Amino acid sequence: MDDGKSTLVGRLLHDSRAILADTLESVTRTSAERGFGGEPGAIDFALLTDGLRAEREQGITIDVAYRYFTTGRRSFILADCPGHVQYTRNMVTGSATADAVVVLVDVRSGVLEQTRRHLAVVQLLRVPHVIVAVNKIDLVAYDRAAFEAVAADVAALARDLGLPDVHVVPVSALAGDNVVERSANTPWYDGPALLELLEELATIDELETDLEALRLPVQLVIRPQGGLSPEVTDAAADAFRDHRAFAGRIESGTVRVGDAVEVFPAGVQTTVTGIRRGPEALDAASAPLSVALELADPVDAARGAVIAAAGSLPAPRRELDADVFQLDGRPLETGARVLVKHGTTTVQAIVTDIRGRLDLDTLETTPTSALATNDIGLVRLKLAADLAALPYAAHRRAGAFLVIHPQDGATLAAGIVVEAPA
Amino acid sequence: MSENLITADAAASVSRTSSLDALDVLEAEAIHVIREVAAEFERPVLLFSGGKDSVVVLHLATKAFWPGKVPFPVLHVDTGHNFPEVLRFRDETVGRLGIRLEVASVQDYLDDGRLQERADGTRNPLQTQPLLDAIAAGRHDAVFGGARRDEDKARAKERIISLRDEFGQWDPRNQRPELWSLYNGRHTVGQHVRAFPISNWTELDVWRYIEREGIALPPLYFAHERDVYERDGMWLAVSDVSAPREGERVERRTVRYRTVGDLSCTGAVVSEAATVSDIVREVAASTLTERGATRADDRLSEAAMEDRKKDGYF
Repeated sequence: MDDGKSTLVGRLLHDSRAILADTLESVTRTSAERGFGGEPGAIDFALLTDGLRAEREQGITIDVAYRYFTTGRRSFILADCPGHVQYTRNMVTGSATADAVVVLVDVRSGVLEQTRRHLAVVQLLRVPHVIVAVNKIDLVAYDRAAFEAVAADVAALARDLGLPDVHVVPVSALAGDNVVERSANTPWYDGPALLELLEELATIDELETDLEALRLPVQLVIRPQGGLSPEVTDAAADAFRDHRAFAGRIESGTVRVGDAVEVFPAGVQTTVTGIRRGPEALDAASAPLSVALELADPVDAARGAVIAAAGSLPAPRRELDADVFQLDGRPLETGARVLVKHGTTTVQAIVTDIRGRLDLDTLETTPTSALATNDIGLVRLKLAADLAALPYAAHRRAGAFLVIHPQDGATLAAGIVVEAPA
Repeated sequence: MSENLITADAAASVSRTSSLDALDVLEAEAIHVIREVAAEFERPVLLFSGGKDSVVVLHLATKAFWPGKVPFPVLHVDTGHNFPEVLRFRDETVGRLGIRLEVASVQDYLDDGRLQERADGTRNPLQTQPLLDAIAAGRHDAVFGGARRDEDKARAKERIISLRDEFGQWDPRNQRPELWSLYNGRHTVGQHVRAFPISNWTELDVWRYIEREGIALPPLYFAHERDVYERDGMWLAVSDVSAPREGERVERRTVRYRTVGDLSCTGAVVSEAATVSDIVREVAASTLTERGATRADDRLSEAAMEDRKKDGYF
């Protein structure tokens, strides 16, 4: 079911002048060789993003493709994700960190089961903005009523799902209507073109104002006894003799020299005495910088520890209730022994209960004993060690985890904490 | 009224994000990836060709572990067709940083008959076997590369942490989903991962970062005079391993290189850009992609890069 995603992406890149001449020339040549329809010089835009042989042969997108483009106003990373049901895992991959998701709907077929699936995933992952591009509007002669019927169905579905910010735009990816520029063919539509909309939406970082408390999972301890970089000057080498710093990426908030912090799981408080970003010493640093912190006391903080603003650490969890997206082909069953990767910690876990599976037609949870590929289910996990997890709704990174097969290492499922019983 | 709706927290957040530019965010992500791999793998190695992308990854590694040493060696797959300026730069760099250099030599494989020279003379596809042997010999379980997703449509499909089987093969249909910044590098004996910390950088990001950080590069990236001849719209250098065919005329031109590959298949671009800031301006205005302008081996077929990657090329 090709709703024209790759064509839309190609059109977006082309019309925002992000395709360079040699790429365009090569795609034009291949389009002609394959007898792509339309006028001479017509371009099959899907060839721009369907980078794999099998994708070009079948005319479908198998895996996420990342594209980069910039307008005068903003830089974009664009993840072109497959919509086919069997590749839901790639759609989850593309959406997990997205600021905005664009879902395509063919104006002739309207809202389908896979549209519901996409939007349900987007709602669970709490992608801040959703744009539904109602595509192929040229094929219904730019008919206002056809667009409005689909828009009404989208609005009803958004209400059912509780999606907060949904925009609906009539487009033709093939003809370029309302993709980069507003189209004269849709005088009845007074909203922005797709790209104008994307340029204006607030990013996650701009929205997540309630996450200001510092949180830094420790990746590794830098303790260079006997192994200083030759680039460190002799004068500085003395100062680094007893250097011990905790390296990691700031997940949220700001840290300043002199701040009181708390360390998980030791539960002790100490003070930040230094912040470093490579050779550069800083007074303060904010998310999402990667830094190394020096602390006043010789606290026990190895990889897996979390350094957080004093008083802001959650209670340690030995059990998680979570929505999981089943990605692997093997079913996830009650009693399964798995690994849970959360931040910089990996712990053993047991699936103690599968509480149900989300039915995407009714949006209700129905009982089940196993989750199959592409299922979204509610599970309870018992953990072999404490985690500093928070509900995903309160903190995306502290609420997200992977479920991993303990033997072969495959990623079985993606999980988000829905509540964490004490 | 709308002004009152802007809370102090919201104002702080806006100033926080606007004070970090795109390069800060890209650097933070790359350092995060480098540290994750260093923490989770036993024997990482960094593929280092002396080209700008691997130079940037090495620079990021020095920042990730400062003031400590970079805790892994570098590996160069030497095709025997390298620019001498690049080999000198490579040796100076590892000497300055005090890190170990491993070399996998394609020439050795040709000399003892394990590989045969191709009819078209390019040695790029011949790198795969020496690379995989060096990974096995060094028992490396993680291999850093400077590949970027904007380089090629097959690379646009690559994960940041990408699992390879015991044959080094990439299976694009069976990649692990990569969610949030949780990189799953679990692997079984014989498998390894390729790690690409600058996946999300564009060519222009790389040059802007080189400018900002004052990173040294081999001189051939900057405009210089060289004897070149034109083939398929590319300017190839006259050297021991690359000579003009009949009808191709040698000219003295002011050129520079956008990528560093083999002398025999890497084209120069005509350019007067003599400094990094000249190059930043030139790249920003260019209407040709980096590889389209300079790499003959990517023109072999529409899926040249995909096919090489499936075989174990990086």
